[in-house]
Amino acid sequence: MSSESELNKRIETVLRLGKLAGADETEVHIDETIDALSRFANNAIHQNVAEHGITISVRTVVDGRTARATTNRLDEDSLRAAVESSLQLAHSQPKITGLLLMPGKQRYRKVNRFTKQTAATSPEERARAIRKACDLAIRNGQVAAGIFSSGQSQHVIGNSRELFAPYRQTEAEFSITMQDESAASWAKANSGNVRDFDPQKLAARASEKARMAKDAQELAPGKYTVILEPAAVLDLVGFLFYDFAATALADQRSCLTKRMGKQLFGKNISITDDVYHPQQLGAPFDGEGLPRQRVALVEDGIPGKLVYSRATAKKSGKKPTGHGFALPNEYGEAPMNLVFGGGDSSVEKMVASTDRGLLVTRVWYIREVDPYEKVMTGMTRDGLYLVENGKVTSAVRNFRFNQSLIELLKNVESMSPASRATAEEAFEMVVPAMKVHNFHFTEPTKF
Amino acid sequence: MWDLTTCALDTAKLRGATYADARLMHIRQRDLTTKNGAVGTLAQSESIGIGVRVLANGAWGFASTDKLTREGVAACAAQAVSIAKASALAKRGEVKMVPEDAYIDSWQAPLRKDPFEIPLDAQLDLLLKADAAMRAVKGVTLTETGMQFRKIDCWYASSIGSLIHQRKVISGCGIAATSFQGTEIQKRSYPNSFGGQYALAGYELIESLELLKHAPRVAEESVALHSAAQCPEKIGTLLLDGSQLGLQIHESVGHPIELDRVLGQEANFAGTSFLTLDKLNKLKYGSEIVNVVADARLAHGSGLGTFAYDDEGVPAQCTDIIKDGQFRGYLSNREMAQLIGLNRSSGTMRTESWNRLPIIRMTNISIRPGSGSPDELIASTDDGIWMETNRSWSIDDRRYQFQFSTEIGWEIKGGKKVRMLKNPSYSGITTEFWNSCDAICGEKYWTLWGTPNCGKGQPMQTMGTGHGASPARFRNMKMGTAFSGQ
Repeated sequence: MSSESELNKRIETVLRLGKLAGADETEVHIDETIDALSRFANNAIHQNVAEHGITISVRTVVDGRTARATTNRLDEDSLRAAVESSLQLAHSQPKITGLLLMPGKQRYRKVNRFTKQTAATSPEERARAIRKACDLAIRNGQVAAGIFSSGQSQHVIGNSRELFAPYRQTEAEFSITMQDESAASWAKANSGNVRDFDPQKLAARASEKARMAKDAQELAPGKYTVILEPAAVLDLVGFLFYDFAATALADQRSCLTKRMGKQLFGKNISITDDVYHPQQLGAPFDGEGLPRQRVALVEDGIPGKLVYSRATAKKSGKKPTGHGFALPNEYGEAPMNLVFGGGDSSVEKMVASTDRGLLVTRVWYIREVDPYEKVMTGMTRDGLYLVENGKVTSAVRNFRFNQSLIELLKNVESMSPASRATAEEAFEMVVPAMKVHNFHFTEPTKF
Repeated sequence: MWDLTTCALDTAKLRGATYADARLMHIRQRDLTTKNGAVGTLAQSESIGIGVRVLANGAWGFASTDKLTREGVAACAAQAVSIAKASALAKRGEVKMVPEDAYIDSWQAPLRKDPFEIPLDAQLDLLLKADAAMRAVKGVTLTETGMQFRKIDCWYASSIGSLIHQRKVISGCGIAATSFQGTEIQKRSYPNSFGGQYALAGYELIESLELLKHAPRVAEESVALHSAAQCPEKIGTLLLDGSQLGLQIHESVGHPIELDRVLGQEANFAGTSFLTLDKLNKLKYGSEIVNVVADARLAHGSGLGTFAYDDEGVPAQCTDIIKDGQFRGYLSNREMAQLIGLNRSSGTMRTESWNRLPIIRMTNISIRPGSGSPDELIASTDDGIWMETNRSWSIDDRRYQFQFSTEIGWEIKGGKKVRMLKNPSYSGITTEFWNSCDAICGEKYWTLWGTPNCGKGQPMQTMGTGHGASPARFRNMKMGTAFSGQ
C-alpha cells in the first residue's frame, strides 16, 4: 500500500495541475485496493484471485460548473489529462445554480479499522481453512461451496481548500453453503479483523442446518409468523435506507414522503446511522470530505431525521450530516452505517415462543414491487423451517414473498440484540433477528 | 502491449505454470445524467491493467495489476502462479480443458459514430431537451435521463499461441418520468427501464431512439397510470412486449443454462440450476414454437453479447439452447466442456475488466422470431393483459419460480386494447411459462435488447448481455399476485 506521504504527494501533484490548467477549485480522491479471494465449490478451490489497483479521481470547478474524471494511470501526463478531461466536461454544461465552494479543512474522529493479520492473510492460510471446511462436508456426506476473502484498502480525499481526509481499513469474509442432496444451508461472516470469525464454526453451522433442510414439505401460501435470522433482516431492510436521503424526499420518490414524524413503524423500532459503532466499518467522512455524524433516523417507530449532503442541507435549511456522495451526482446522500436498536430475545427464545411459524435463514433476489408502500418481493433460500409448538419440526419448500417493509416493521414481536450481519443484497449492518407476524408468502417453488 | 502479455506468459511458464493467458485491457467510459432539468452525473474514466490466469499444480490462480512495467507484470504473473499452487492445497482433481486452436487476429466491432468524438454539449443538450419535454407534462414529479459510453480494447494472449486484439464500443441511453400522487409512485421509461437500451454500437444508437419524440408520451403515461384500474389477480392470457420478454429470457433461460451454475460452482452466491445434466436433450423446455439460441456472432446483431472471441480465446459461436421446444445446449467454457464430455467450448467466457477472472456469462440469448405483428397478436386475443417495460424482477436460486412486474399494462378484450392497467405483474414456473407460449411476433418486431447490469461472480462482476425478442403470448398465466393481500 502507498504510504500517507506518497498519497499526499499525489494529491499535491493533481492540485498543482488543476491550478495550472485554470480550475477554480480541484478535489482529488485516491482509492487503493489490495484484495484476494479464494472461491470453492464441489469441496475444492476452483477460483483464486488477487488484485492490486489504485485510482485517482479528479473533480474540478470552473466558472460555476463541475465534473469528474478518473484514471488509474499515475504518471504526470496522465494526471494532467485527467484534469483536462474533467475541465472539458465541466465546460460542456450550463452553469450550475447554487454550486457550493468546496469544503475546507475538517476534523475527523479517529477510527482504527486496520489489522495487520487481516492484511497479511496468505492464499495458503485461506486454502487450509477451506480445505478443513470441505473435509467436514465430505465427512458429513455434503458438498461445500463458498468464499474466503481478505484485503486492505485506503481512501483519501484532498482539495484545493486544504481539506485532507485519509482512511484505511482491512476486511475479511467467509461464506459457506453446504449442500446435502437437494437441500442446502448457509452461513457467513464479515469483519474488519479476520480473527473475529471462525470458518470452521460457520462450516459446522451450515452443515447442521443443511441436514435439517432435507425432506422439505410444501406448505400453502399465506400470512405466517416468521423468525428472521439477522441475514434475512439485513437483506430486507437494506432496501429501506435510501428513502432516508433528503434528496429522495425532495424528488418525491421516498416512501417517507408525507410520512416523516408519524408513527410509521412499531414503537420497538429505533434505527441510527452510526459509522462510529464498534461493529461498523467505513470512513469517518463522506464523499465530499465532511465528517459523518451519528443520526437517529427512527426513534420509537417514528422516522424523525434524514441525512443531508451539503447541497441538500443548504436547500433544506439544515446542517449537512456527512452522508453525501462524491460530486457530481443526482442521488445526493444516503445512510451507510445502519444500527438497529434490537431487543433481549434470541432466535432460540423466538422459536420456543412460537406455536406455528417459519424460521428463515436468508432471503434472495429481493426487488421493489411498490416504492411507496415499500412492498418487496423475493425468495427464501438455504433453509426454511417449520416451527410448531416451540420447536423446529421440519424443513419447508422455499416461498416467494410480497411483503411491505413498513408493515414488517409494524409487526415485529421480539428482537435479539443487534449485531453485525452480512448477506448478499445489502451492505453490512448491525441488526437483530426478528420475530414478525403476518409475513406474506404468496407462492411456493419446487424445492 | 504484446511485449507485456508475452512477459506475463513467459514468467508464468518459468514459475511452473502449465497453461497461462493474459488480458491487457484499456477501458474508457463516459457517464452523463440529468435530473429535473439539471445535470446530474458528468464523469469520464479510464482504467488500464493486466490480468493473468494460470494453471499450476493442476489448479487455477489469477492475479491482476495496474503496474504496466515489465517488472510489475512479471510480479503479477509470479503471484498468479503462487496462488495456483495454494489452490492446489484444496483441490480434488486436476483441471483439464478441451482443446482449442490458436488464433492471431484483430477485430473491431462495427461503429458509425464514435460517441467519444461527439461534442459533449450536444449530448447533454439532447438529454436536457428530453428532460424538459417530460417536465412539461403536468403531474410529473421527477424526470431522469442518461447516456453511457464505453470503449474497450483488449489484448489477449495465451500460452497455446493466441494473440487477439478486440475493440468494442458500447452505447446506451434512456429517459424516465415519475409521478407521485396520493400514496402512489408511478414511473414510465423509454426505450427500456433501468437505463434504457444498450448495444455494441456508436452514437448512431442514440440518434435512432428518437428520445424527443417519445418523451411526452412517457411523461403522460406516468401520470395517467394514477387513474388506471389495478391489474386484476387472475389466471389468463399474458402478452409481453419484446423488452420484458428479453428480461424473461435472461432470467429463466440465460442463467439456468450457465454450466458453472449447473455444476455447482455458483452454489454459494448466484445459485444453481434446475437444468441438471440429465435434462439435456430430454426436457421439453417450451412449446414447439420456442427456439432460443446463444449467439455471440456479429451476424446475430450488435448486442452486448457480441464479440469475435471470448475471453478464453474461443471464437464466437451460435449454440442451440432450445430447439422446437426441446432443451439442447448449455453455455460452457473449455474446462466445463471437458467435465461434461463436450468436444469444444461454446465460447462464453467473459470478464468485466482486467482485474477480474473470466467466467461463464451469457452472450446474446435470443428467442427466434415467429410471425405476425403486435397488432395481429392483440387482434387474435379475446381476453388478455399486455404488459410492457420491466419494473421489478425476481427468480429463485435454481431459476424455477419467478415474478415480474411491469410499468404499464393494457387490458385486451375482443381483440382490442380497452383500458390501461396499473401495477401489472405475473408469476410462474419457468418450464410451465415457456410451454404456455402460443404466439411470437415476426422478425420486423424483433429487437436485440441490451441488459447492461447482469451481476455474477465473486468478486462481483457486472456484464452486458443481449436478448433478442419480439412480443409474444402466453396462456394460463398467473397475474396480479404481487399486489394481492397488501
